[in-house]
Amino acid sequence: MQKLIAWIDDRFPLTALWESQWGKYVAPKNFNFWYYFGSLAAFVLVLQIVTGIFLTMNYKPDAQKAFESVEYIMRDVEWGWLIRYMHSTGASMFFIVVYLHMFRGLIYGSYRKPRELTWIFGCLIYLSLMAEAFFGYLLPWGQMSYWGAQVIVNLFSSIPVIGEDLGVWIRGDYTISDITLNRFFAFHVVALPLVLLGLVAAHLMALHETGSNNPDGVEIKQQPKDPATGLPLDGIYSHPYYTVKDLVGVIAFLAVFSAIMFFVPEMGGYFLEYNNFIPADPLKTPEHIAPVWYFTPYYAMLRAVPSYLGSQVWGVIIMGLAVVIFFVLPWLDRGPVRSIRYRGTLYKAWIAVFVVSFLVLGYLGVVPVTIWGQFAESVPVVGGVDRATVVARIFTALYFAFFLLMPWYTRIDKTKPEPTRVTM
Amino acid sequence: MATDIAVDKGKRRFLIGATGVVGGVGAVATAVPFVMSFWPSERAKAAGAPIEVDIGKLEPGQKIDVEWRGKVCWIVSRTPAMLASLPKLTDRLADPTCKENQQPPYAKNEHRSIKAPVWIAVGICTHLGCSPTYRKDVAPADLGADWLGGFFCPCHQSKFDLAGRVYKSMPAPLNLVVPPHKYLSDTRVMIGDDKA
Repeated sequence: MQKLIAWIDDRFPLTALWESQWGKYVAPKNFNFWYYFGSLAAFVLVLQIVTGIFLTMNYKPDAQKAFESVEYIMRDVEWGWLIRYMHSTGASMFFIVVYLHMFRGLIYGSYRKPRELTWIFGCLIYLSLMAEAFFGYLLPWGQMSYWGAQVIVNLFSSIPVIGEDLGVWIRGDYTISDITLNRFFAFHVVALPLVLLGLVAAHLMALHETGSNNPDGVEIKQQPKDPATGLPLDGIYSHPYYTVKDLVGVIAFLAVFSAIMFFVPEMGGYFLEYNNFIPADPLKTPEHIAPVWYFTPYYAMLRAVPSYLGSQVWGVIIMGLAVVIFFVLPWLDRGPVRSIRYRGTLYKAWIAVFVVSFLVLGYLGVVPVTIWGQFAESVPVVGGVDRATVVARIFTALYFAFFLLMPWYTRIDKTKPEPTRVTM
Repeated sequence: MATDIAVDKGKRRFLIGATGVVGGVGAVATAVPFVMSFWPSERAKAAGAPIEVDIGKLEPGQKIDVEWRGKVCWIVSRTPAMLASLPKLTDRLADPTCKENQQPPYAKNEHRSIKAPVWIAVGICTHLGCSPTYRKDVAPADLGADWLGGFFCPCHQSKFDLAGRVYKSMPAPLNLVVPPHKYLSDTRVMIGDDKA
């Protein structure tokens, strides 16, 4: 074995790669619960790729056959139901894990210098993941697949002047059709997975270049070395320490995952929407169109923005900015400390506002705008008659305020001094 | 290999630049077929051809749905009472005089059609592409006492009158689209082509 590895190492940097990327990668010793979600995201990515490959073997990207082929997988293919439920549950779990992973980065300041590129690669992964989920959602060719895609492609059609042609170009037809389904399939199974894998590699290489942040925001590379081990005082090797820790995370995750997959694969209509069990019908719009839960905060923003100057492109712009604004986060934060542990009340209040906004908008995105009834007359300043629309407008403003006011409130916030050693 | 020959850096930079520009032009030119392949194919264009509809059996007040370019197209025969509701709504509509280019010039009038009773429209909401429902009932419980009949979009609650003109302050920014169309005879209409 030793000889074989030496033979390979002379021809390919196997040991060097393993040691730089994981085996001898020195990480802070105080990783807590929040640090499970990075490795879990990688785990779910592998799960989605493997289950996806097996689904491709029986799925037909053809408007006449797509819906039926999914039912065929569910009913006739040996274990097909399990593979498909793994993939559909995996899609929602991917977003849960990624949202928690991003939240970790947010509260511990993992996006800050020198880890800006790790953060930006992460944002690109998030964007690609949204595209991947969107393209994939059309494939079962149910009513929600069809009308959801219709709504999203029409976002592009709302762009003035070029919009109409852009919509035709994206669909390859005057309406969502077999042609659209076929090209979305190509994006979902070939193009975006390649992009995702490339970005994940870049994300990890950037991370392993700068080293990991930690809940205290302490830079372990600046610590003196332990004379016995030669490692920074608070550093440990990822292997075996974090290998074992992450495995525990995977097992706990699989317990939750299996419970959902076996007992509530539809998750009350949130993971698999009920309308999607009806084949796509271009002539019949469902009563209530809502995207899958992971897009709903942005969808609520889209709906909250009124049309202006005869165009509803403004809602599209706001929705796009709400995602893109994450990219500039490293340059918005002017606080003297990284981690929430040493931040003041002001920052903690704002992050609470952000979380509440995200959750409220997420809720409002799944329900009809009439859910809370109407005000007697249009509300001053924010405008709007439907109570839910008014609330959505207020929380959209707060969502953006969290980012746009960050340079100000992080600077004047009363912070505590950062320690030189990590706390456990 | 002689190493003492001076490198002409100017010439090298020129050659690298020229190669880069020519290669770049080639790369852009190569992208053209891939980008163009995204446009509707000849078959898709053929499927988007105009359709002929017989409206001889259309009853007053009735709406029929036909498919044109994969979209639902409505043909509504409006009764005199329904037509009489149109002028009453002017104050409540966003674009009562059809200023926005949502119809061919021959439908730029209050009833938004060639012949006043027969209205032809693409039955797709101008907000996000849902298909509104035909609500010709006057003053129903859910739409309020001042509802004079029209179209109601179930997705985001946009309201339109019986000529597809949108009410003020709705998610939908524009009136419903009237497609190009022409009469081949009194009872035959062609949707998708209005050239004489």
